[in-house]
Amino acid sequence: MALKYIRVAAVATAAMLALAGCSAGGSSDSSSAAASDCAASTGKVDLSFTTWVPGMDKVVDIWNKANPNIQVTVSTVPNGNSGTYQNFFTQLKAGNAPDIGQVEYDTLPAFRVQDGLANIAACDGVQAAKADFSDGLWNQVTFGEDNSVYAIPQDSGPMALYYRKDLFEKNNIPVPTTWDEYAADAVKIKALGAQITNFPKGDVNWFAGLVSQAGGQWFSTADGSWNVNLTSDASTKVANYWQGLLDKQLVSTIPGFTDQWNNAYDTGADWTWVSAVWGANTISSGAPSTSGDWAVAPMPQWGTSAATSGAWGGSSSVVFKGSKHPAEAAKFLLWLNTSTEALTALNTEANLFPASSTGATLPALSEGVPFYGNQKIYQLFSDQAKVISPFTWGPTMTQTYSDVSDGFAAAIGGSGTLLDALNSGQTKTIAALKAQSIPVK
Amino acid sequence: MTTSTSTLKRARGSRGAPRESRLSRSAAMVIMGAFTLYFLLPIWWLLVSSTKTLGNFNSTFSLWFTPSSLTDIGNNVVKLFTYNEGVFPRWMLNSIVYATVAGGLGTILAAMCGYALSKYQFRGRELIFNTVLGGVLVPATALALPLFLIFSQVQLTNTFWAVFLPSLVSPFGVYLSRIYAASSVPDEIIEAARIDGSGEIRTFFTVAVRLMSPALVTIFLFQFVSIWNNFFLPLVMLRDQTLFPVTLGLYTWNSQVSQIPDIRTLVIVGALVSIVPLLVAFLSLQRFWRNGLGAGGLK
Repeated sequence: MALKYIRVAAVATAAMLALAGCSAGGSSDSSSAAASDCAASTGKVDLSFTTWVPGMDKVVDIWNKANPNIQVTVSTVPNGNSGTYQNFFTQLKAGNAPDIGQVEYDTLPAFRVQDGLANIAACDGVQAAKADFSDGLWNQVTFGEDNSVYAIPQDSGPMALYYRKDLFEKNNIPVPTTWDEYAADAVKIKALGAQITNFPKGDVNWFAGLVSQAGGQWFSTADGSWNVNLTSDASTKVANYWQGLLDKQLVSTIPGFTDQWNNAYDTGADWTWVSAVWGANTISSGAPSTSGDWAVAPMPQWGTSAATSGAWGGSSSVVFKGSKHPAEAAKFLLWLNTSTEALTALNTEANLFPASSTGATLPALSEGVPFYGNQKIYQLFSDQAKVISPFTWGPTMTQTYSDVSDGFAAAIGGSGTLLDALNSGQTKTIAALKAQSIPVK
Repeated sequence: MTTSTSTLKRARGSRGAPRESRLSRSAAMVIMGAFTLYFLLPIWWLLVSSTKTLGNFNSTFSLWFTPSSLTDIGNNVVKLFTYNEGVFPRWMLNSIVYATVAGGLGTILAAMCGYALSKYQFRGRELIFNTVLGGVLVPATALALPLFLIFSQVQLTNTFWAVFLPSLVSPFGVYLSRIYAASSVPDEIIEAARIDGSGEIRTFFTVAVRLMSPALVTIFLFQFVSIWNNFFLPLVMLRDQTLFPVTLGLYTWNSQVSQIPDIRTLVIVGALVSIVPLLVAFLSLQRFWRNGLGAGGLK
């Protein structure tokens, strides 16, 4: 109830700012004025940095030693959706937000719409950093606006197919390269008394990754207003595909990341997982007895055209509006997210898979991983990262996730379908945008 | 004197009364047993899970130990106390300071307030009391955000005081103190103290506090537990990890499980360790509590 209260309070300010925010091309004067305003401060500068990346303090220590005039203090807090985003909104309202914060890609639009992010496009080196990131990722942090950069990408979650190599080989089942083959394999695996994968009703952002791979978009902006389309052709195709697997009980329906779910993978009840790069650690810790049995392949494809992948998760670093030292903050963020030194440390401390292409060349990421039979899985993920289909997130993703997830749960329980869930998510998202006075078509 | 003997007689009489039927007694036992099990099972799970490595945690039966349990719990605890430069003992210490110091001061404040409301006649007394009573109805969670905005104005967010000051307040404690002071501190004793030349404050601390001590123990325990378990206020107020209470610290770790899966063991062992001070507080203070309740009944 209290969380709702903040939302309402934040919404009141959002209403004023919505028109200025997030409109592709229709950038207002205020944001370009902010962009030109990135003068360096004189003297020693202290920056506060709030994040939930474990071990970030050790990474920042490296910076602090080398930069006595720009000292960064790290606060490690619960992850964004566990309360920190709400705290950021409250702090922005109270005027005491930290200088720098961590925000996941799917939540950036919410902060942009509420005018919480500083435009650092005019800061030294920020525009040049574009070359270091894929177009899709860079688009996430600029919202397609001219002369605007609202965040620097930190890590990304390219998706691929984790599969039990030993079981596929033993039973002479080919590793699927298309979704049709995947469905055919699902039948064979079911006949062996197991299931090909799990459909997690709560991981709607995972589902969005699948939709994105199929070339779908849930949100777009044009002429300063939002367009919501949770039931586009691509989205419908993906929903119907999984509904088909569910109807034939070819996939399990355990809530993701639970002990039961770990157990399904540990005991070989589930054979594959379409997941992001960070999932590599999830499997190795959740299913320790299957070490050496797994391998990674590109995601199954929909057609014969160029191979595509999706993304699940990933964070960027933002400078919050109200920071007195955007120039120094931007300088620090460029070091943190594009330098080999920092990316190596982030990978060692927190298993982060760098968003930057510099990061793809880290020695640690070109080694074979014993859990995956010494396959060089991170090389594969780097290649997949290059073919991620761009995806635009909406400004109320928390609400969209929760509404679609409710619908998924109902569909799994036998009432309605996944497509019904998307339909109702569509209606509720449009209502939520209207309630926040965000222009929507 | 007569009343007290008759109470005793009645108490004895009920013991000698015809016993309840075996059926209803065993039904009561079964129900109580079921509830005991219901409450203890999660703690048992916590205890057992704390003795496992991450691998065993997923693969072995969750309600019984593994052969290597004894060494594993040792390793887990050592890891818990040393992880991230010993941040966990720091959180425990913070929680203990918040809960004991703020709980103690809060108890004294509540006692003084309740005593004053009960023993002094002044205009607006009932209005104040009713306002305080209204405070009992407002959940602490609902106050966290307004408090944050107020503390922002005076630049006290993300400090020790941001959690400490709001923890001093206990409307329920005031309510209980007033009721208890009215029934256990006779006006005659206060009169006598005044005649002997004792000041009001001295009377309160030397006479009233002793008579009210059972209620004070109760208030302190309630305050201690509610501060120890308070989670939302620190979540909103604090971002400096060295100020976190143990609840928020464990929550932070738990939200990192997907990035660092090994941390899961630490969250479980940490949860077990974090209930120890609560157990200690209850077991050591419940003696006073029981005495007090008994003393009140025999008046």
